[in-house]
Amino acid sequence: MAKAAEAVKTSYQGQMHLLQKEIMGRYFERLTRAAEQGEGKAAYMLISGNPVELVLAFDMIPVYPEINALQLAVKKVSLPFIQKAEEIGYSMDNCAYVKADIGMFYSGRKTPFATIPLPSLILCNYVGCNVYLQWFEHLAEYANGEIYNLDIPFSRDPSGKPSQDDVRYVVKQLEELIGVCERITGKKFDYARLQRIVALSAETGELWSQIKALTKQVPSPFDAYFDSVTMMAPLYCLRGTEEGLKFFQTALKELEEKVQMKSGPLPEERFRFVIEGPPPWPYLRVFRDLFAKWGAVAVASTYSTVGGLWEFGFRHDPNRPLESIAEHMLQWNLTNRNFLQRYEQIRRYVEEWSADALVIHSVKSCRLFSAGQGDMREYFTKELGISTLLVESDIEDPRYFSEAQMKNRIDAFFESLEHKKMVREAAPTGEGR
Amino acid sequence: MIYAAGVDVGSTQTKAIIINDRLEIVGRSLIDTGANVTRAAERTFAEAVLSAGLERGDVAYVVGTGYGRYKVTFGDAQITEISCHARGASLLFPKTRTVIDMGGQDAKGIHVGEDGDVKDFVMNDKCAAGTGRFLANAAEAVGLSLDEIGELSLQAKIPVRLTTVCTVFVESDIMSYLAQGKKIEDILGGVHSAIAARTISLVRRVGIEEEVTFTGGVSRNIGMVRALEEKLGMKLNVSPDAHFVGALGASIFALERAIKGAGDRQQAAGVGSGTTA
Repeated sequence: MAKAAEAVKTSYQGQMHLLQKEIMGRYFERLTRAAEQGEGKAAYMLISGNPVELVLAFDMIPVYPEINALQLAVKKVSLPFIQKAEEIGYSMDNCAYVKADIGMFYSGRKTPFATIPLPSLILCNYVGCNVYLQWFEHLAEYANGEIYNLDIPFSRDPSGKPSQDDVRYVVKQLEELIGVCERITGKKFDYARLQRIVALSAETGELWSQIKALTKQVPSPFDAYFDSVTMMAPLYCLRGTEEGLKFFQTALKELEEKVQMKSGPLPEERFRFVIEGPPPWPYLRVFRDLFAKWGAVAVASTYSTVGGLWEFGFRHDPNRPLESIAEHMLQWNLTNRNFLQRYEQIRRYVEEWSADALVIHSVKSCRLFSAGQGDMREYFTKELGISTLLVESDIEDPRYFSEAQMKNRIDAFFESLEHKKMVREAAPTGEGR
Repeated sequence: MIYAAGVDVGSTQTKAIIINDRLEIVGRSLIDTGANVTRAAERTFAEAVLSAGLERGDVAYVVGTGYGRYKVTFGDAQITEISCHARGASLLFPKTRTVIDMGGQDAKGIHVGEDGDVKDFVMNDKCAAGTGRFLANAAEAVGLSLDEIGELSLQAKIPVRLTTVCTVFVESDIMSYLAQGKKIEDILGGVHSAIAARTISLVRRVGIEEEVTFTGGVSRNIGMVRALEEKLGMKLNVSPDAHFVGALGASIFALERAIKGAGDRQQAAGVGSGTTA
């Protein structure tokens, strides 16, 4: 084991990062103005396969309680809000995103990044998580707001494809939702406008997909986990806008330049891994450094596909705006996929992105997403022979993170990978793998 | 003669081993870790050097392992105890393919390759069930020392079925059995059986392949050895040095590096093979 430096410089402040700060800053300012000056109407939504296009067509402001919750964790202020929710009666085992958000809601909706507006519409667009469904129902009750519950059938067919009936069922609900939005905003639905927004989304999806393909390069120009999160916020909050599109054009250009320069996020790329599961937001930097010290770069992540999966060909279609929104919600986002598809997605990442290993970060307070990851580990280790590490902490609750334990597992994992690499390199070509 | 050392700073005890280049243990030491981890590491190392009849400067390379490995400030490198246990167990029992390690706060299963490398591993997460700490709490609840409970558990006739493997709640569980008039040996039989079952289900995740070597401080508990053997239906390799296995593994890594370092220096000086003066 090399005696690697503890802190490796892993961030670069390119144009893309500055632009992200600027546009997300403007987005959060908009939330604050909506909350404090009543400018605009807020629609609360869930990340999973979000139909942001429809909300934008009515000039509503998309607000994602999940993003707010994770921002609280990143800014290290989530715990008092979690405790506040526990005081109200939420269980210790309850999803910590829910608790942080509810605690914040009951603390005046003021955060270090924005004041969160009350919702004009609470749009529960993902029902795969029963806890999320109840989260939005609670918010509707606390805010005395209007809730619309989109029922999205879970992916049941092993192929992952929804039936035509599934698509029609969702489109029918979207049409009903249009009526609700018309009533709430007092604006008449403009089909051509939705088509223009969906066209922008299609273009954004294309750029994002091209960006994701860049990490197939050696070295990977960016970390597909830790750096992808920078791009995920604009993808959900600003998809379907000119501003969002410009961001992704800038990002692609900059990252292509990095490919040309053979420059990566670390001084040296020694290991390439695929990662499953959301990051431990309260300890994002610490977590990143545990991989960086080994020269380990994530070349693909399933987490970056919770809101949508574009790298395998899906694009919104301005000629079929509602149908393509329905397909996005049904088929083209991680959380609505069944486990076999999740396996397949990771397998493709490992193969097509030339990864050495798979890392699974399991979430203590989310059994729904984490259940089955033990089987997943077994499948990849035993059936496919892919070195797999499973670690556990939490997305939001800092009390579940033990740095010493995390470090031990990650170090041991890379020690063994290093050994395998050594053996492989020592073996004649074609052997030792 | 080249000497190398491994210092294993565990949550409960700190162990040091010194080996020579024939892989023979020439010095050792074990102390309680306590609050000052760096001092514990230094003291154990100094005692081990002394027990080997050597001077500090005679030890060419030191590898730190265990939770406090980064506190082995005088060490040349740090390696996790997972890699070290695999290595150490393979030296003691070369046919080892599975290591079950139970320490103060950790329980782990390691699938070991032929050359003592780690193929796969699992560890207990956020829960001290199946660790030395669990047994220490159980011992305390029945008013015995940790060294006594293993032997006594073997006398169990009707082991109780423990309803919890929670290290905190085990005490109240034991209290309720005591209140019911259950025999201490039956309670302890239940404690060892519950922990063995829990540990085996953890280790099965990496696959249990023979031979199985049991390491860590808990392996000195005969009750746990028997409980694991009974549930697995196979004999376990247990060395009298089982609690030194992490330190031993670390010393092997240290020796390899010391030898490689000596080779590199020779080559740099132009005296290695393949160089002409």
